[in-house]
Amino acid sequence: MTDATSQGAARPRTSLTAADKRTQRRNAAEKRFRLYGLAAIGAGMFFLVVLLSSIIGNGIGAFQQTFIEVPVYLDPAKLDKNGNRDPAEMAKVSTFGYNPLIQDSLYQLVQDKGIATEYEDGGDMKALISASAAAQLRDRVLANPDLVGETVEFEILAASRVDGYLKDRVTRDSITEDKNIDAGHLDLVDALLEDGTVHKSFNLAFITGSDASESRPEQAGLGVSMLGSLFMMLVVLFLALPIGVAASIYLEEFAPQNKFTDFIEVNISNLAAVPSIVFGILGLAAFIQFAHLPQSAPLVGGLTLTLMTLPTIVISTRASLKAVPPSIRDAALGVGASKMQSVFHHVLPLAMPGILTGTIIGLAQALGETAPLLLIGMVGYIATNYPDGIISGFMSPNSAMPAQIYEWAKRADPAYYERAWGGIIILLVFLLVMNVIAIVLRRKFERRW
Amino acid sequence: MQSVKLAASALAIAAVSASAAAARDNVQVAGSSTVLPYASIVAEAFGENFDFPTPVVESGGSSAGLKRFCEGVGENTIDIANASRAIREKEIKACADAGVTDIIEVRIGYDGIVFASQKTGPEFTAFEPADIYNALAAEVLVDGEMTANPYTTWAEFNGDLPDVEIAAFIPGTKHGTREVFEEKVLLQGCEDTGAMEAMMAGGMSEDDAEGACMAVRTDGKSVDIDGDYTETLARIDSNPNGIGVFGLAFYENNTDKLKVATMGGVQPTTESIAAGEYPVSRPLFFYIKKAHIGVIPGLKEYAEFFVADEIAGPDGPLANYGLVSDPELAETQSKVADEEVMGSNM
Repeated sequence: MTDATSQGAARPRTSLTAADKRTQRRNAAEKRFRLYGLAAIGAGMFFLVVLLSSIIGNGIGAFQQTFIEVPVYLDPAKLDKNGNRDPAEMAKVSTFGYNPLIQDSLYQLVQDKGIATEYEDGGDMKALISASAAAQLRDRVLANPDLVGETVEFEILAASRVDGYLKDRVTRDSITEDKNIDAGHLDLVDALLEDGTVHKSFNLAFITGSDASESRPEQAGLGVSMLGSLFMMLVVLFLALPIGVAASIYLEEFAPQNKFTDFIEVNISNLAAVPSIVFGILGLAAFIQFAHLPQSAPLVGGLTLTLMTLPTIVISTRASLKAVPPSIRDAALGVGASKMQSVFHHVLPLAMPGILTGTIIGLAQALGETAPLLLIGMVGYIATNYPDGIISGFMSPNSAMPAQIYEWAKRADPAYYERAWGGIIILLVFLLVMNVIAIVLRRKFERRW
Repeated sequence: MQSVKLAASALAIAAVSASAAAARDNVQVAGSSTVLPYASIVAEAFGENFDFPTPVVESGGSSAGLKRFCEGVGENTIDIANASRAIREKEIKACADAGVTDIIEVRIGYDGIVFASQKTGPEFTAFEPADIYNALAAEVLVDGEMTANPYTTWAEFNGDLPDVEIAAFIPGTKHGTREVFEEKVLLQGCEDTGAMEAMMAGGMSEDDAEGACMAVRTDGKSVDIDGDYTETLARIDSNPNGIGVFGLAFYENNTDKLKVATMGGVQPTTESIAAGEYPVSRPLFFYIKKAHIGVIPGLKEYAEFFVADEIAGPDGPLANYGLVSDPELAETQSKVADEEVMGSNM
């Protein structure tokens, strides 16, 4: 039998230096596989670059804003008819009473500078000025009634169309059918831009400010909803971390292995995969309709997100508890520690970096979550007032960063589109910081056995 | 143990602060996404000019808002529902069942619904209701017979329209806009083309025929948009042949991307809608729970401020944004001032 084969088909001659066909094929296959891998990574990197550059390209404009510097004459005849300088009395003049003052002052400014314009009175200047200017003026005057009668220099926001013109979002072609602004207004802007009355500068209000209505996107900021997110994360941290860690320690270290604990385990894994909107429905039913907690409150948002984050924390905590070698427990028990002492004195400290990392990743996930917030009333025109204190921070209506971004993205004015992208940049920075903290913690404290 | 204590104390804090929140001091509003921009403009100005906190305005659609409105009376229910259509009998009944009996209806003005397409796309400049009906209905009249809609391009039934594939993006059924679209465009087109008559001649009752008129084709030529107008705009942006249904205010904010078509030969503008010439318009409302007036601070002031001349009048910020102001605003103002509830003057 062996003779027959060795004689029939001669064994192919092989050389150690030149690869035969089969080896060549195998080598080629390996090379191809490496290329596939490289291509996959390349594609991933490509999409990342596209994503980041489109986010930054679209959103960076939100960090700059156009302002107009205009001296406003605070006419006593309009603002304080009785001349008492009594803030309570002067509060009766609404922002609508302040609008003409600003418009006339701007018109006067244009006249003084000798800029040729087709417009004939202050009313035509409306298109240049943000609707927020009147409120800014009114607040300043009510806080300091003695200003009435004087001419005060104000730095007011320019209207969103003007801002868009400076950012090349609005062009002379695009406004031909726009009834909010005319080409004449843009000529004025060009002239005022030259002497510095109109200028673009860093927009701190975008980071610290509150949401604004649809008619004045130039005023909108993310600050209040950032606080909303902060209070929600506090709730999540102080509920999900202790509950999650307690549950995992019990399951991992104390619970007997039986059908019941298996059942719980399977359910925890399932919960981690449940779509987040489901937690929103649960939150609505349990916290608002049953427990009568207030709608739109960060407390409810935090509780709902806690439910969503718990499985993540439980799973990562159990994994890091499991990674602590049994020899540590045996040694602790061997020198006479109780089970609880061995867990809290030895196992838990060693598992801590893993637990913290899991918690931070869970928090980052919760921070970027919008869907559950839709159902508990945190999406809308909400984040307009700063909370008065800690309690009101948890209880009074607020939004959250991702919910605010979502809300901006669906508004009609194109200026909100830019702000939505700008909001994404801020949100990404937060997520990046949280992930970096998680990585640093892991690198610094994690022990390998 | 420590963690258990922590959890327990956190729960306790939650419980304490929950009872502290019993006194709600801000007005809560929810409902139509068409009314949301107007309501947010008013809420903002209200917060600036009064000592009350700025009201909270949520969207979600007219039906969703009215459903929440009718959940009952109390501080954890909303005070005002915005709606882009009048409240239905069924909803009034649901409200009454939950104890919400005295409802004040406030009409804030009118809104136009426009048909727009990509600015550089095909020449969609003039529509008749019949065109929309022929393009979008489930069944149309062809050679005197009702058949499943056979048309694939606009030019097939109207030579004046571009010879391009039909692709329309219309509001989904949860939007109040859909109802107006069905009643003022599809139904009108159904009557104009004679399809309605043909159906009734074929033995259908009037109600059934109306229902059949408003049925939209389901072969993918007409797409329901459940999101907001921004979603419709994105669809139009990526589809040069697409026709979208928008609110007038939304169109006016996006004139650089969209071109609007006339309906029945009338250009949609605030003037033509106020004059009643443009056929596809509808009133916008909000509904107040009378039981909450005096309990929730600022509620009545907000309602009065909303319909004040300087806000909802022809020169106010709402008209500036695209609302067609109500010629009978004075009547509405006195209605709010007197807290006149629905059904009291019928």
